[in-house]
Amino acid sequence: MMVEVANANAPGETPMSAASLIEAAGLAAGYDGSAAISDVDFSLAAGQTLALLGPNGGGKTTLLRALLGELRPLAGALRVATTCGTVPQTERSRLDYPVSVLDVATMGALARLPWWRRPGRREREAAVRELGRVGLEPLADQTFGRLSGGQRQRVLIARALVQNAGVLLLDEPFSGLDRPSAEGLEALIKELAEAGRGIVIATHDLAQARACDLVLCINKRQVARGRPEDVLDDLGVLEATYGGAIVEIPGGGGRAILPPHHHH
Amino acid sequence: MFEPLQEPFMQRALLEVALVGAAGGALGCWVVFYGFSYAAESLAHSLFPGLVLAAIAAAPLLVGAVPAIVLAAAAIALGARIAGVGRDGAVAVVVTTMFGLGALLALSPSSPPGIESLLFGDIFGVSDGDLATAAGLAVLVVVALRLLHGRLLIAGFDRGTARSLGVSPAFADAALLLLLGAGIVVAVQGLGNLLVVAVFVGPAATARRLSDRMLPMMLLAAGLAVLAGVAGLYLSYYAGTAGGASVALAIVAIYLLSLPAERLRDTRPPGTMQTGATIG
Repeated sequence: MMVEVANANAPGETPMSAASLIEAAGLAAGYDGSAAISDVDFSLAAGQTLALLGPNGGGKTTLLRALLGELRPLAGALRVATTCGTVPQTERSRLDYPVSVLDVATMGALARLPWWRRPGRREREAAVRELGRVGLEPLADQTFGRLSGGQRQRVLIARALVQNAGVLLLDEPFSGLDRPSAEGLEALIKELAEAGRGIVIATHDLAQARACDLVLCINKRQVARGRPEDVLDDLGVLEATYGGAIVEIPGGGGRAILPPHHHH
Repeated sequence: MFEPLQEPFMQRALLEVALVGAAGGALGCWVVFYGFSYAAESLAHSLFPGLVLAAIAAAPLLVGAVPAIVLAAAAIALGARIAGVGRDGAVAVVVTTMFGLGALLALSPSSPPGIESLLFGDIFGVSDGDLATAAGLAVLVVVALRLLHGRLLIAGFDRGTARSLGVSPAFADAALLLLLGAGIVVAVQGLGNLLVVAVFVGPAATARRLSDRMLPMMLLAAGLAVLAGVAGLYLSYYAGTAGGASVALAIVAIYLLSLPAERLRDTRPPGTMQTGATIG
């Protein structure tokens, strides 16, 4: 599926390479005509992972919504050559909801069905296949709310895979996970990238960002973009991204961001 | 046991509670999960002046109920947009205004006797037309819920990502409220203005405790609503209690009976289940 969102007034449109899954050039997006983010330039190729860093209210969600096609660019150009699948924070999903793991994964198939069709055998088979890929096929009949946080995150990844998403948009995927679950999830994300998917991870975790191929720092506008070693070692970039909320971890442990956990 | 079935008025009442119960029970599961129980109660009370006007004009209740519920829904939607009022406030103001207006009309000298049947229902007085309407409602609810099932499931699960899965949460809300409005307008004839909400909330709240999958829950709620309806009518027949109130009491009784049943269910051996959900 090809979603093309472009603005005719785009200043100096850059030519877009065929291998890119996402290309943004001078992108501005926001609500009611006023931009929440502007001057965003990046591209994401198949197999690449991109860490999206920024403070709360800095426009990460706005950028993700633009990638999903829910917000039209106010300026610049955005080309998304695939379906983007959202993997929301599992802490926000309803645990009392009467659905099985398989039900949740099957939700990914609905968008491509005509309105009068219900998911049938073929859709359920696709859901079982993707649950197998994330290692949860044995739990397909389990109630979603009874899974651990890491398992729920995997189910939501499977849902995006059922959607045939070429790019996965993960919102704080590691938040609230214990160490083994986080490491398992990291390995899964790496595996999915190696299989040719693009991965965008909105995160506050600099260590996780370092594991990505690319880093994009935004705070109302694009602050920096590049390889993690080029961007994250530059204290000026981090300060421009997060304001003063950066602490040095004593003993050469690097830097961390304070205080990340305030979501609307 | 079978003696009441000989009575034509009882046959009609049983058919009415079966149709309304099946539709209301299934629809009620969505009402409960979408947090629309208060909306259901409010819509039911707001259509009271319509019922009174229809009774004064000796017209079918539906003729008054439909415009009243549409007016109330529009007033709530508009009121919620006024700064400082909000949805909650708008619902409260509209409901009290509408219900007060209904009471004013009902207590006027020109209103016919029997207004209490509008408040508490007249389940033993349902006409052939009422039964046909209830059958139409049951068909509408079953067809609509079948078509909308996947979309309602997605929007109820996580509104934030519903759009990225091709579902508009606003559409899901509107579709559900429309069905609920239709259900209330039809069910109010048998159960009355004050009790109608019971059939949309009670059986669903019971089924929710007993099942953890949507479709079985809907079937269970529909079954429980029909069961409560029949039990209530028998109680009414033999104990001489008011029909609608007896049905509402039976719904509550089944809910209370389900409490120990749920405890039994929770002590099953967990098997492969993970216990508890880890958050944070």
